[in-house]
Amino acid sequence: MTLMEFFGCTFIAFGPPFGLFVFTIARDPLRVIVLITSCFFWLLALLLSSILWSAVVPLKQHLAFGLVFSVLFQELFRFLFYKMLRKADEGLHKVSQQGQDQHVTPKDISNKHIMAYVSGLGFGIISGAFSLVNVLADMVGPGTIGIKGDSKYFFLASAFLTLCFVLLHTFWGIIFFNAFDKKRYVYVAVVVASHMLVSCLTLLNQKHNSQNYLGSIIPAYIVLVIMAGLAFYHAGGSIKNVKAACVFNRSNRYDTN
Amino acid sequence: MNREDSDGEIPSETTRLMSDSNTREENGVLSVETRPINRHGNDRPQRERQQQQQRRESENVEDEEETLQYGAKHVIMLFVPVTLCMAVVVATISSISFYTLKDGAYLIYTPFHDEDLPDTNTGTKVWQSLANAFILLGVVIVMTIILLVLYKYSCYKVIHGWLIISSLLLLFLFAYLYLWAILQAYNVPMDYISVALLMWNFGVLGMMCIHWKGPLLLQQGYLITICALMSLVFIKYLPDWTLWVVLGVMVVWDLVAVLCPKGPLRMLVETAQERREPIFPALIYSSTIMWQTVMAADGDQPEGQKKKKKSKRMSEDSDGVFENSSSAVQNTECASDSDEGGFKDRSPRARNRNVEFNNSTSSTQARMMANALTNQDGPEDRIQQRNNNSSGNNTQADTDEEQEERGIKLGLGDFIFYGVLVGKASSYGDWNTTLACFVAILIGLCFTLLLLAMYRKALPALPISITFGLVFNFATKELVKPFMDSLASEQVYI
Repeated sequence: MTLMEFFGCTFIAFGPPFGLFVFTIARDPLRVIVLITSCFFWLLALLLSSILWSAVVPLKQHLAFGLVFSVLFQELFRFLFYKMLRKADEGLHKVSQQGQDQHVTPKDISNKHIMAYVSGLGFGIISGAFSLVNVLADMVGPGTIGIKGDSKYFFLASAFLTLCFVLLHTFWGIIFFNAFDKKRYVYVAVVVASHMLVSCLTLLNQKHNSQNYLGSIIPAYIVLVIMAGLAFYHAGGSIKNVKAACVFNRSNRYDTN
Repeated sequence: MNREDSDGEIPSETTRLMSDSNTREENGVLSVETRPINRHGNDRPQRERQQQQQRRESENVEDEEETLQYGAKHVIMLFVPVTLCMAVVVATISSISFYTLKDGAYLIYTPFHDEDLPDTNTGTKVWQSLANAFILLGVVIVMTIILLVLYKYSCYKVIHGWLIISSLLLLFLFAYLYLWAILQAYNVPMDYISVALLMWNFGVLGMMCIHWKGPLLLQQGYLITICALMSLVFIKYLPDWTLWVVLGVMVVWDLVAVLCPKGPLRMLVETAQERREPIFPALIYSSTIMWQTVMAADGDQPEGQKKKKKSKRMSEDSDGVFENSSSAVQNTECASDSDEGGFKDRSPRARNRNVEFNNSTSSTQARMMANALTNQDGPEDRIQQRNNNSSGNNTQADTDEEQEERGIKLGLGDFIFYGVLVGKASSYGDWNTTLACFVAILIGLCFTLLLLAMYRKALPALPISITFGLVFNFATKELVKPFMDSLASEQVYI
């Protein structure tokens, strides 16, 4: 039973990201490198927030404090990563070329959304892994959740929230990068605000809030849908495109990534 | 003590990465030549026609040649084996308690092991782990110098014997111990006859692949296995704190040995370069792809035409002797699959040549091959020769084959210490620490490769990776873990 729960939760949380990784990232070395670099940046952000959280001893019991600053640090490092990527464009251009077509800009570089997506997914995967992997390790057993009055949906809620955050990070990455590229800073604010909102909503999961999972998961997924729409729009998609894609399947393809 | 030989020897091959070699094969006769990265440096008179063509073609890519890169693909070709090695170690550590259990057995190089006792004070821990680490370092230095001296005086038989004995031990003894631990952990009974048969097949195949010939993929697999086994042995038999200190000391030693003018590993590489010899295959992991590129020399090809056409044509001309293995691959990112496919096809001979062509570069255990041809020939332009022996002197009458070696070489020592770091991190039972170390090591490797692309000389691969790994290990363990634990238990997401 525990093993089944383990596999179920693993696939819920990491199935879609794994699929995204395999089908869009794994075959392209440059994207793998960018993915790992973005993971590293997220780690740095986490390290910084952990240092802050450990350093401010009196507020250690209040996770809200650590959470707020952690969100800020994450967005800060997303910005730094954006800066670095744009600086490294030239270098990436060179690295990605492996001989032929010297003067053709590879798709990864010309289409800026790809790298935005990759870095967003990198943030998502590592944050998802960090929040869930130890829970998963405990999930294998031995033991049963919920005996002492806790919610028996603890693992399931964790898995769904992790999935939500992985995907949210992906969309945030796309929106955030595009907002800076197009200088539409209001969307930067949207990203930061929605990140803060969803993270703060998960405070409802705390034990003294009676583990009210629906209160956090449903809004989180609503935000996820909104962000997905925004990301699609930012990447050049529109309702017209969708219709076009449905109707003229062969002639009109939009790669929204 | 069987451990002595292998222990002393393997860590001594801490790494270097390096660059650029170019070799060619003419009409089945192997000849090896070193060429500078800039391919204009090739001035063999009988190749004039080809050179002219090369020159013309290279003009439009001259700029790019200056910034000749080890493409992202090469980075991945190292990521994959390093990841595999670490994955094997981590999986073993977290599923088999044998390797984390301190049963009082230690390497004889680490005579002080009070530190694992529960009531040892910090001072004792510090001096004992330092003493252990320096003894181990001494052994490594002595072994490296012995290897260097033997190599200087061309005692190849002795070196080969040494390497063969140590890999024999690793493949048979340590693999047997590993199997034993697995069977014990999962409570699986197995009779001695089956085990003997299994070990014999495994070990002999490994010896053949590593020291003689075999598919490159298999050789790589065996090298990774050896590294993983060695890492596990270190994790089991080194006391806790000694292991961390050893990692730190190795970083410094790696820097010194590779970068100092009189560093032993650097001297080893330079000697090998002077002699135009490969470095022993049992010491390095090579991601090398040997490509057989056909430079069409017939005049009816328009110069500016894409080489793809030529090579395709050549492959048709040569009537099945060539196999255009990757023509289906459009973008280079997809090439790795076909590379592997190529290796399988390429028969024992390939490895043999691989060994023979490992010359001309700048370091011991790892090197990067950057050569000018790569700029012109995409994967789809490369033609692999399936059958090198029979490939006809006749079929290639008007073509010059260009033997191209690209790829990165990483010392087995690096694999071992990466494995040790990640394995040790995972032995504390916190997956976040393991993940952090993993990402840190890969990023360090990226940085090293970046530096490699800039400096194009043998570089130590341990310092950046291991430093990042150590920093992230301790930072995660002390700072991030409590934070993440409280977040996870309260189900608060950041």
